Amino acid sequence: MTADLVILAIEDEPQLVRFLRASLAGHAIRLIDAPTGAAGLVEASTRVPDLILLDLGLPDMDGVEVCRRLREWTKIPILVLSARGQERDKIEALDAGADDYLTKPFGIGELLARIRVALRHSQRGPGASEPVIETGNLRIDLALRRVLRAGAEVHLTPNEFKLLAELVKNADRVVTQRQLLKAVWGPGSVDHTHYLRVFMANLRHKLEDLPARPRHLMTEAGVGYRFRTET
Amino acid sequence: MSEDRPDPDALLARVQQEEARSRRGKLKIFFGASAGVGKTYAMLEAGQKHRREDHDVVIGWVETHGRQETARLLEGLERLEPRKDEHRGVDLAEFDLDGALARRPGLVLLDELAHTNAPGSRHIKRWQDAVELLDAGIDVYSTLNVQHLESLNDVVAQITGVKVKETVPDSILEEADEVELIDIAPDDLLQRLREGKVYVPEQARRAIEGFFRKGNLIALRELALRRTAERVDEQMRDYRRDHGISATWPASERLLVCVGPNPASERLIRAARRMAVGLRAQWIAVYVEAPAHLRLPDSDRQALADNMRLAESLGGKTVILSGSDVARQLVLYAREHNVGRILAGKPTHPRWRDRVRGSLVDALVRGSGDIDVYVISGDTARDARRPRPAETFRPRSPLADYAKAVAVVVVASLLCWAMFPIFAATNLAMVYLLGVTFVATRSSRGPAALASVLSVAAFDFFFIPPHLTFAVVDTQYLLTFAVMLLVALLISTLASRARAQADMVRQRERRTASLYAMSRDLASAQNVDDIGLICARHVEDATSSQAIVLATGVAGQLREVGMRVQSRPLADRDEAVARWVYEHRRPAGLGTDTLPAASALFLPLTGSDQSLGVLGVRPPSGQPLGSDQMQLLEAFATQAAAALDRVRLLGRAQRAQVEVETERLRNSLLSSVSHDLRTPLASITGAASTLLHESGQIDDASRRDLLETIHEEAFRLNRLVANLLDMTRLESGALKVKKEWLPIEEVIGSALARLEASLEGRAVETDVPDDLPLAPFDALLIEQVLVNLIENAVKHTPRGAGITISASVSPEGLTVSVSDRGPGIPPGDETRVFEKFHRLEGRGQKSGVGLGLTICRGIVTAHGGTISVSNREGGGASFRFTLPIDGEPPSMAEAAKPRPETP
Repeated sequence: MTADLVILAIEDEPQLVRFLRASLAGHAIRLIDAPTGAAGLVEASTRVPDLILLDLGLPDMDGVEVCRRLREWTKIPILVLSARGQERDKIEALDAGADDYLTKPFGIGELLARIRVALRHSQRGPGASEPVIETGNLRIDLALRRVLRAGAEVHLTPNEFKLLAELVKNADRVVTQRQLLKAVWGPGSVDHTHYLRVFMANLRHKLEDLPARPRHLMTEAGVGYRFRTET
Repeated sequence: MSEDRPDPDALLARVQQEEARSRRGKLKIFFGASAGVGKTYAMLEAGQKHRREDHDVVIGWVETHGRQETARLLEGLERLEPRKDEHRGVDLAEFDLDGALARRPGLVLLDELAHTNAPGSRHIKRWQDAVELLDAGIDVYSTLNVQHLESLNDVVAQITGVKVKETVPDSILEEADEVELIDIAPDDLLQRLREGKVYVPEQARRAIEGFFRKGNLIALRELALRRTAERVDEQMRDYRRDHGISATWPASERLLVCVGPNPASERLIRAARRMAVGLRAQWIAVYVEAPAHLRLPDSDRQALADNMRLAESLGGKTVILSGSDVARQLVLYAREHNVGRILAGKPTHPRWRDRVRGSLVDALVRGSGDIDVYVISGDTARDARRPRPAETFRPRSPLADYAKAVAVVVVASLLCWAMFPIFAATNLAMVYLLGVTFVATRSSRGPAALASVLSVAAFDFFFIPPHLTFAVVDTQYLLTFAVMLLVALLISTLASRARAQADMVRQRERRTASLYAMSRDLASAQNVDDIGLICARHVEDATSSQAIVLATGVAGQLREVGMRVQSRPLADRDEAVARWVYEHRRPAGLGTDTLPAASALFLPLTGSDQSLGVLGVRPPSGQPLGSDQMQLLEAFATQAAAALDRVRLLGRAQRAQVEVETERLRNSLLSSVSHDLRTPLASITGAASTLLHESGQIDDASRRDLLETIHEEAFRLNRLVANLLDMTRLESGALKVKKEWLPIEEVIGSALARLEASLEGRAVETDVPDDLPLAPFDALLIEQVLVNLIENAVKHTPRGAGITISASVSPEGLTVSVSDRGPGIPPGDETRVFEKFHRLEGRGQKSGVGLGLTICRGIVTAHGGTISVSNREGGGASFRFTLPIDGEPPSMAEAAKPRPETP
């Protein structure tokens, strides 16, 4: 990890900030913090951090609103921190432009992995991806529209491929159902979640060894899907 | 010694009475012998005095009759605006009761308590207005003349020759907190009268001149003084009783007075009251309903009801007995109720009637034994003016009955004609008697009497020589005729009486049966609406009127219960009456003294300690109901009130039970939760403090151990908190099931991914067919169910043993099972494992509040599904839940189409 990485934590719990600061210091990450949404917006514009950790339950304003305002002027990756049961807020934040989320409580390993993925995507630019991705026994060539599983070519329908491509482009990052439906079936079909369910099931049957215990095509219940690469 | 001590029950009753009184307003009556003694003046003076003492005094109604000195006393006192009402083109001003209640002064001055209110007022009499003011906690000052006192009404009429219609029940005077006698000497009064200081309306001057004779005034003054003295005497006795000075009178003296529909009864009732007051005895007015009385004409019925009401208003108890032997019934009742004296009216009918029908007084005197019988004179002059009851008693038979009677005589004559050659003439008389008996049993007395007379005539005409004339040769036959007529009339009377008695019994039985039917139905009524419906139906059946039941709803509002499709809502006016009845717990509306202009009669439904509702009855004719129907209605109302009370108390008991149960659960939750929260917290705190303070003395392996403890215990706490939150959401009803059509495989996958860390390397086998259809459920909630079930399985499975998750579809729906190879479920615990805080005992397993499975059941039930557990073959438990698949999965038709290109 590059030195002098600066992360802004917009978080009102001092204990959590303390844990983040202590844990991230060991990984050469400097943490600055803001206890309110308003302060966070100011810090973000003056210090220009490399990444923002945003708590959804802020005392002064809605975390989703902070997310939206940040996205008005910056593409700094945003990681949302939230509790279980706040699925709707998560989806809203993600649709408002957040990059990923972490459910409290989380371990430092999880946090670092998410930070890494977010930074990787932001450095590469939106939507850009390596043309060929290899993970586990899968080899996916986005340019040639070819998918190999354990060396054998897998036949995918055009929409199945589109769905897979959308997930692969955002590898290791959650993509909401809405984002996927919009990308594959168009803005008119964002409510047809069952399309997504069925196509994801088909993809799992074609690409996973055990469709009921997937290793790559992960479901984030109530939020969306994540293509997990093996590290 | 004990005799000197006051009776504790009586003392308690007095304390309660006094308590009720302290909430009520105080009534002070300025009492006088006649008009002109200065009652109004004294009342206003007292009012002025109160005003000067800064009391809130308002004049409700005062008649100054143009007297200067009285009018001067009005100055400075607030006067309530009279209520103006137009009645038949005449503007009537009246005391505004509602205005006074809304104004809520401390004291209202209300002249002339005996005044009769204008039509359209809430109450018929002003004293009823005063009672309502008192009930509302407002003090009242009022004035009253002795001739207006109910019990003295007749005595005054005898003295002065003027019968006053406006009367006030004695109880008002007796229950008044203060009575001030305004007294002046008759000569002074006459002097004032001559000076024109006493108001006398012009048109009544002549009559009044007769009234204001010195003799009258002295008599009236004596009455007033004596009545006041009686009150003082009562107070003295009360005082003695309160202070236990001595027991002064025999406790259980009772007096019985025989009442009928005739106006003489009125006098009798008043006499009974006077005697009862003198004896300090309870008194009972009794009417014996003989079979013939069942067909009393309406006017007599009304008179009877009036007499009974009079008795009640004078403080007597009223009872209606039934039976044909009046004297016997009276004596029986008297003996049963320990009555010492019976009052009966002096007979006014001719002596021969007693010889024929027997005399009530004679029978009473003979049968009474040790009971004293008092015979009191009735007012014969006025009695004579009324139609003879005997005539009106006679039921009007339809003409057809008379025609039938004639036909029967004709048939009997023909029969006799045929038998005439064989039998002697006197024997033929028997055939005629048979005919009369036939008629008497089939119809009423009129046709039977006609048949009797016709039979004798026909017998004479056809069969007694000389034939075909009414002449009689042999005078012996005259005896035959007389006996024949007498026997025929006797038969007809007896037969029709028997019939009437049977009718009466039938009617009573119908009444009892309808009451019984209602009480039986009410016994099974579970809620207020059932009761309303049952009560309304039975009342309608019994009275053929429209009935409505109103009961207390939320926030004390009256609402109609047991509403039926055809029921009409109450008019605003009737609703106000119902409201009044509800608040005052007294009947009102059609046929009562309060708000008689209403289209319906309203009876209060009063429970053990509060008003529960109102029963409204609207007769189709708009005429008031008869007294027997009123009695029946009151019985219905009592039953309905008892049923309402029962339901109310039952509800209260159930709520208390639920509260106890909730309290028990809460305690169990608190102890369970506090244990489960404290255990991990203790481990974390201990491990952290060791790391913090003893870091120099522990090796790396121990340090790692401690850190792992902290991590694991924190994870356990997190899971516990999540479970508690889920449970709270489930129980508060905040849980919303958002069903979507999705494959179960996906949810199994995400649940396993969530549990990856805690599976600790246990092999998980998934058995999910590739072709499972989509099912409608809430992905997040069902994921939670699977997580809880898998965690439960992990908890009970030793490391290395496998867990199997399988899914299948059957006609019942989608079934998912999670099976382990743990110790299984003890037999009999199959449902208890899903209960809150249930933990398999003595297993030494990793602890955790027993909520996980309860949450599973809650979520599955919210989906309309079922969850169960059974033991597996070869050991272990298998949890299985089934979710219904209702409806059609959404169409996938468009899913394969490419994304429409956006311009």
